[in-house]
Amino acid sequence: MSTPAPAPTTAVSNPSVDPLTPNLSDAAIMRASATPNLPEPTQQMEKVAKLIDISKCIGCKACQSACAEWNETSPEIGICDGTYTNPPDLSSEMYTLMKFSEWENPDSGNLEWLIRKDGCMHCEDPGCLKACPAPGAIVQYTNGIVDFVSDKCIGCGYCISGCPFDIPRMSPTRNVVSKCTLCSDRVAVGQGPACAKACPTQAIVFGTKDDMMAHAETRVDDLKSRGYDRAGIYDPQGVGGTHVFYVLQHADKPELYSDLPADPKISEVVEGWKGPAKAVGLAAIGLAAVGTVLHSIFGKPNTVSAEDQSEAEELVDAELGAEGQQREEV
Amino acid sequence: MAEREYSESTDRIVATEPVEIRRYATHTRINHWFTAILIVLLILSGFALFHPSLFFLTALFGGGQAARFIHPIFGVVACISFLLLFLQLWKLNLMRREDITWARNINEMLAGNEEKLPELGKYNFGQKVVFWGMFWLLLAMVVSGVMIWQQFFPSLVSIEVRRWAVAIHALSAVLSVLIIIVHVYASLWTRGTLRAMVGGRVSGGWAWKHHRKWLREVARRQDTPPAE
Ligand code: HEM
Ligand code: SF4
Ligand code: SF4
Repeated sequence: MSTPAPAPTTAVSNPSVDPLTPNLSDAAIMRASATPNLPEPTQQMEKVAKLIDISKCIGCKACQSACAEWNETSPEIGICDGTYTNPPDLSSEMYTLMKFSEWENPDSGNLEWLIRKDGCMHCEDPGCLKACPAPGAIVQYTNGIVDFVSDKCIGCGYCISGCPFDIPRMSPTRNVVSKCTLCSDRVAVGQGPACAKACPTQAIVFGTKDDMMAHAETRVDDLKSRGYDRAGIYDPQGVGGTHVFYVLQHADKPELYSDLPADPKISEVVEGWKGPAKAVGLAAIGLAAVGTVLHSIFGKPNTVSAEDQSEAEELVDAELGAEGQQREEV
Repeated sequence: MAEREYSESTDRIVATEPVEIRRYATHTRINHWFTAILIVLLILSGFALFHPSLFFLTALFGGGQAARFIHPIFGVVACISFLLLFLQLWKLNLMRREDITWARNINEMLAGNEEKLPELGKYNFGQKVVFWGMFWLLLAMVVSGVMIWQQFFPSLVSIEVRRWAVAIHALSAVLSVLIIIVHVYASLWTRGTLRAMVGGRVSGGWAWKHHRKWLREVARRQDTPPAE
C-alpha cells in the first residue's frame, strides 16, 4: 500500500497495476442516513458522473453482463416476456437493466427502438438516503456516489419509498437492499465502472461531471445536426442533478424511455414524513409527558372522600336489602 | 335479573364492609395487560426507527434487523389481543348524551367539582375517547403497517401508496402515544382507578364518585349479598 489511487477520469484506460490505497474513505462521506450531526467531510473530491448516451446504445447488454460479473451477482434465469428486456425487472441480483421499448415516431413514421440502461441515478439529493432510518446505511461521498452499506442496513425498505426512480431492491434472502454502486470499489482504486469499461460503442462513458457534461453537449449538438431537434440532456434538477445521466434523442419525452420520470423529485409525502414533522411529533410527546409529571407534582389528585364511601354503603345496603348486615360508620 | 345497560355481566359487589365492586374479571385484566405490554414493545421497536435519536432502542431487541423484523409481529399479536378487549368493552363505550354534557363541563371535573357533572355508567367521556382513539389508531396502524411490511408483503401496494402508508403509520403512532400518556396519567391521577385493572376491584366510594349509574345498576342487579 502506497500512494492513494487517483480519482479516475475515464473508464477506458487500463488501470495501473501498482498496489494503491483506496481513495474513498469515511473522510469523504458528505451525507449519511439518519446521521444529523455528521462531521464535515475532510476529503473533498471532484464530482464524477457516468453519462449514458442512449443514441449510441446498440442494446448488446455487455454492460449488464459486466455488472453482474464485477459485482458477483447471479440473477435468476428468467423467461422471455416478448421483449429483449431480461430479467424483467431490476432485482437485488441485477443492479442495471437494459429496458427495451418500441416507439412509433408520429413525425417520421419510423419505429424507434429506445433502449435505456436503468439503474441508480446517484442523485445529488438522494431520496433513498433521506428516507433511511438506519444510521450510516446509506452514504453519499463528496464525489457524488451514493452507496448502500449492507452491514448497517436493517431491511426496512424505506429507501424504496424514498427513491423517485424505483431503484433499490430488497434481497429476499439477506434482507438488505442493493443497487448500483457506481462501482465505488473500482472508482476507489482509480478505475471507471465495469459497465462503462465494457461498453463497445462508448454509449456509457465515465469521468468528472464537468467533462461528462461537456461531452454530452457535443453529443446533443451532433444529434441536433442529424435531425433530432429535441435531443437533450437528462440531468434532472428536481433531485439536484444526478451522477448518472442520459443523452436522449427525445429529451422532451423522457417517459418514452421505459417511463423515465419527466420531473423526478423526492415525493412531498416523503418530505413531510421525514421533515420537521418528526421533531414536532417527538416534542408533542415530550411535552405531554412533562405536563403529566408537573401536574402530578403541583396538581391535586382526584381522591375519593369518606362521604363518597358512606354514600356507596347506603346505596348498596338499600339495594341488597341490608340482610341483617350491620355496618359501622366508615 | 334486571337489564344491563351500564355494566358487564361479571361486574358485582364482592364485599360490603367496606363496599367493593368487581370491575374487571381476571380474563379481562390478563387481556388488558398483555395488550399493554405488547404496545410498549411496539412503541420501543417502532420509535427506534422513527428518529435517529431513538435508533439506540433497537439494541433492546438485538439490533436493527431484529427490531425491524419483530415490530410488525408484535403489531399483529397486539391487534388480535386488542380486538378481544374491544369485543368485551365496545358496547359500554358507546357515546351517550350525558357524555356530551360531561365533556362540555370537563373543567368542573379537573377542578374537583365532579358533583356538578352528570352521573355516569361504567365509562366517562375521557375513557371512551381513549377507547375509540386506540381502536381507530390501531386499525390505521395495522392496515398501513401491513402495507409497509417489506419482508412479507413486498409488493402489496404501489410505491406511492406505500409513501402515504408509512407517513400515516408514523402519525398514528405519535397520536397513539399521546393517547396512552393521557390514559396512564388519568388512571394514576384518579386515585383508586389502577386497582380496577390490577386486583380487579374498586371501592364503593370510587364507584359512587365516578361511575354512579354503573354502581346503581350493579347494586340493583344483584339480589344476594356477597358471600364473605
Ligand atoms: C398494528 C400492527 C402494526 C404493524 C403491522 C406495524 C408494522 C410496521 C412496519 C412494517 C414498520 C416498518 C418497519 C418495520 O418493518 O419494522 C413500522 C414502523 C413503525 N411503527 Fe409499526 N406496526 C404496527 C403497530 C404499531 C404501533 C401500535 C405503534 C406504536 C404505537 C407503531 C409504531 C411504529 C413506528 C413509530 C414506526 C416507525 C415509523 C417511522 O419510521 O416514521 N406501530 N410498523
Ligand atoms: S432497507 Fe436498508 S438502506 Fe433501505 S432504508 Fe431500510 S435500512 Fe436504509
Ligand atoms: S436513484 Fe434512487 S437509489 Fe439511486 S441515489 Fe437516487 S434516490 Fe437513491
